[in-house]
Amino acid sequence: MTKVSMTVNGTAASGEVEGRTLLSSFLREQLGLTGTHVGCDTSQCGACVVHVDGKAVKSCTMLAAEADGAEVATIEGQAAADGSLNAIQAAFQEHHGLQCGFCTPGMVMSAAALLKDNPKPSEQDVREYLEGNLCRCTGYHNIVKSIMAASGQDVSALAVE
Amino acid sequence: MPKDSGIGASPKRREDVRFLTGNGNYTDDINLHGQAYAAFARSNVANGKINSVDTSAAEAMPGVLAVFTGEDFVEVGGNPAGWYIESRDGTPMKEPKRPVLAHGKVRHVGDAYAAVIAETYEQARDAVEALEVDIDELPAVASSVAALAEGAPLVHDEIETNLCFDWGWIEDNRAATDEAIKNAPHVTTLELVNNRLVPNAMEPRASTANYNPGTGDYTLYTTSQNPHLTRLLICAFVMGIPENKLTVIAPDVGGGFGSKIYHYGEEALVLAAAKKLGRPVKWTADRSESFLTDAHGRDHVTTIELATETDGTFIAIRTSTLANVGAYLSNFSTCVPTFLHGTLMAGNYAVPNVYVNLKAVITNTAPVDAYRGAGRPEATYSIERVIDKCARELGIDPIAIRRKNFIKPDQFPYTTPVGLQYDTGDYDAVMDKLEEIGDLAGFPARRAESEANGKIRGLGINSYIEACGIAPSNLVGVLGARVGLYDAATVRVNATGTLAVMVGAHSHGQGHETAFPQVVAEMLGIDEGLIEIVHGDTSKIPFGMGTYGSRSLAVCGSAVVRATEKIIKKATKIAAHMMEASEADIEFKDGQFSVTGTDKSVAFGEVAFKAYVPHDFPAEELEPGLEETAFYDPANFTYPAGAYACEVEVDPDTGKVSIERFSAADDFGNIINPMIVDGQVHGGIGQGIGQALLEGCVYDEDGQLLSASYMDYAMPRADDLPFYAVDHSCQTPCTHNPLGVKGCGEAGAIGSPPAVVNAVVDALQSAGKDVTHIDMPLSPGRVWAAMNG
Ligand code: FES
Ligand code: FES
Repeated sequence: MTKVSMTVNGTAASGEVEGRTLLSSFLREQLGLTGTHVGCDTSQCGACVVHVDGKAVKSCTMLAAEADGAEVATIEGQAAADGSLNAIQAAFQEHHGLQCGFCTPGMVMSAAALLKDNPKPSEQDVREYLEGNLCRCTGYHNIVKSIMAASGQDVSALAVE
Repeated sequence: MPKDSGIGASPKRREDVRFLTGNGNYTDDINLHGQAYAAFARSNVANGKINSVDTSAAEAMPGVLAVFTGEDFVEVGGNPAGWYIESRDGTPMKEPKRPVLAHGKVRHVGDAYAAVIAETYEQARDAVEALEVDIDELPAVASSVAALAEGAPLVHDEIETNLCFDWGWIEDNRAATDEAIKNAPHVTTLELVNNRLVPNAMEPRASTANYNPGTGDYTLYTTSQNPHLTRLLICAFVMGIPENKLTVIAPDVGGGFGSKIYHYGEEALVLAAAKKLGRPVKWTADRSESFLTDAHGRDHVTTIELATETDGTFIAIRTSTLANVGAYLSNFSTCVPTFLHGTLMAGNYAVPNVYVNLKAVITNTAPVDAYRGAGRPEATYSIERVIDKCARELGIDPIAIRRKNFIKPDQFPYTTPVGLQYDTGDYDAVMDKLEEIGDLAGFPARRAESEANGKIRGLGINSYIEACGIAPSNLVGVLGARVGLYDAATVRVNATGTLAVMVGAHSHGQGHETAFPQVVAEMLGIDEGLIEIVHGDTSKIPFGMGTYGSRSLAVCGSAVVRATEKIIKKATKIAAHMMEASEADIEFKDGQFSVTGTDKSVAFGEVAFKAYVPHDFPAEELEPGLEETAFYDPANFTYPAGAYACEVEVDPDTGKVSIERFSAADDFGNIINPMIVDGQVHGGIGQGIGQALLEGCVYDEDGQLLSASYMDYAMPRADDLPFYAVDHSCQTPCTHNPLGVKGCGEAGAIGSPPAVVNAVVDALQSAGKDVTHIDMPLSPGRVWAAMNG
């Protein structure tokens, strides 16, 4: 067992982990941050996406020990302290970008990383960026729409090209 | 102006906030004090004789608390098939026992034969590796065709055949249908495969059990679409636990699509382990286990014949299908290929003769059961593909041939030759709408543009009907169902005027927590925000049958309406008492009870308060409280229908298909929340396009699952799919439920696969290729081979 320490959503967090403990398990099981989901075992579904030092990573693909000393952001830290949703979260609610909610934390965290690098993405940019995030419920229509809306674009006319 | 609340409005979903902030409460998020962890040992051969399972080394591993094998469950019952089917010759279907853990034999890759409980998940997994097992691999059968071959290995020795049943629907139609086909001027024949799929809800299955030795009470948290059904199966058939001693809680569930309807052995195992150890026991599937053990969908091999006049008038449809049901009969596996498939084989058409033969075949693969659409996508695919082929052979436009044969609005109620009575519909109106939203008139110009870009373009049309709102208990009882298919709701008005509505339906993405309050609020004339939906906990809700078959609103929503009507009735009595008027003079409107012809009125909230502070109630005449329950059993199925158009571009060099436009016009009857309905259709279309272009669950001939991860099973991703144009403004309300609703959850998955395949065939034909059919998924390799074959 080794000790890891990191900052999670702005708060210091630490714990004892095995060498093989994944960051996703550390967040879920030791810190109780169960908003980060695990949907696969081959790094494909993106339900587990969090930000480590400002970059989107699949937390099922990173060892907790590798995140020692890092700044980690998860879905639990995205809304404001008073509970109000951030722009991406609000757009997902406004445009029905979620159904069962299981892929949603990963979608929101991926979208945040996309919009940081590409503040006005095209439909194609969004679709390509979401390659690593699976959703089985929405057919992606409203997810793509939500992310474009969150970037301030007018989505009222989006349907068939 | 669109409404902003009540029926027909699209209030934002109240469930979203918890999901968007990481505050959802899924089964794996729940941790009980002192919990241990279960891991399963699963067969890596498709058919094998278990000689021995030596647990001693595993038991000695660090942290191990208990090891279970099939031996531990020989005394308990088996997981039953929920629907009895009789073969054409009157013999009963073959029902092999499905044990909690395999005993004597393993019958598919992933079949669990032992389980280890340990202090940590990792220790349990490590100990599974230490089990010493001696299994003799036997020859296996993975496909329905192979399993019926002469001398094929048997999956279950004791039933002496792999044929579960040979069903005819309707047997009395057989001779006339044969005769009509023999004498018809034109017969189109098509052989097709409806590809096997893995449902792939994004949340893997999980179950955590707790047992209180002081009371003998069990609690099971599990990923279920229908907690009462799961409890019934566990208690009455598998474990023998008294029903009042087991609470089943299905908290937030991350998608189901059918795969979480059924009871699975892992649920029984954690319950048994929790009792034995006196500690909570938790199990969560990893994705590989989901691929191996979640009930799969589809897997039909069909020959369909369509007999017509030379002008395209339909005379007869005859189909012959092999349905792979897997190694054990999952709970609805026998009803899906029969009563959810054969009964739909007339489609939207006035066709006088229909006969369906279906053989259900047991194989060494994971069980196959309902997956979004369940039987109806298979029926629609067969019909709509053969119609397209027929239209081409006869030189008739694909829309024209459909219109020519549609059941017309004045023919409803319409009884089909396969035993359903469609209550309402207007298939021409839906087709008109499709032509409009899909701009089908503009297709030739778009085709020319694609061709100018070196691509070939095709247009595929489909029209579908489904039977939803499952199902009238008296009817399904006659047909072999071993359960009733009503649903239930309790409306509890609190003293301060807020409401809790306890429903038997379960929401795992469908937005019930938002849509059901719209119904109640509309009826009571109160703010939706006052109403809370409670679901998923057998200790809180009335006995309902859960969510599948697009039934939540049509069946459970109707129960909500009935219970709310009872509330109004009781509240009217109280209001009459409060205003010293006669009940007959009380009028209820917009949340106010008033005495006709006077200015006296009391608000709903005041009545609620009075109900719980009944200081002056006449004891004999008026009971305190305001809480009512209703069970609702539908009088018929509901019949959503629609027309879909898909436009594809095919790259002639690679065979890659891209979806350029997708339009869906549906008639769902009345609509409660259009935003949620759009979302349901989008999701269904995504899955339908996935089936048509990408997804295929593949076993090799030895029964090894080749597509057991997201590396090998192609899930639709955002850049495989377009925006969809969806419309549900054509509305012929259901005539027999109080909301006039038909259900929308499965439509997209039913309507889209034939539209996609028809489009690809159209594209290839336009390029002069003599291709009449390609089996799904239409991967670039298959399309390229068809073009160059
Ligand atoms: S859980 Fe990390 S990618 Fe699927
Ligand atoms: S909302 Fe259910 S998986 Fe995306």
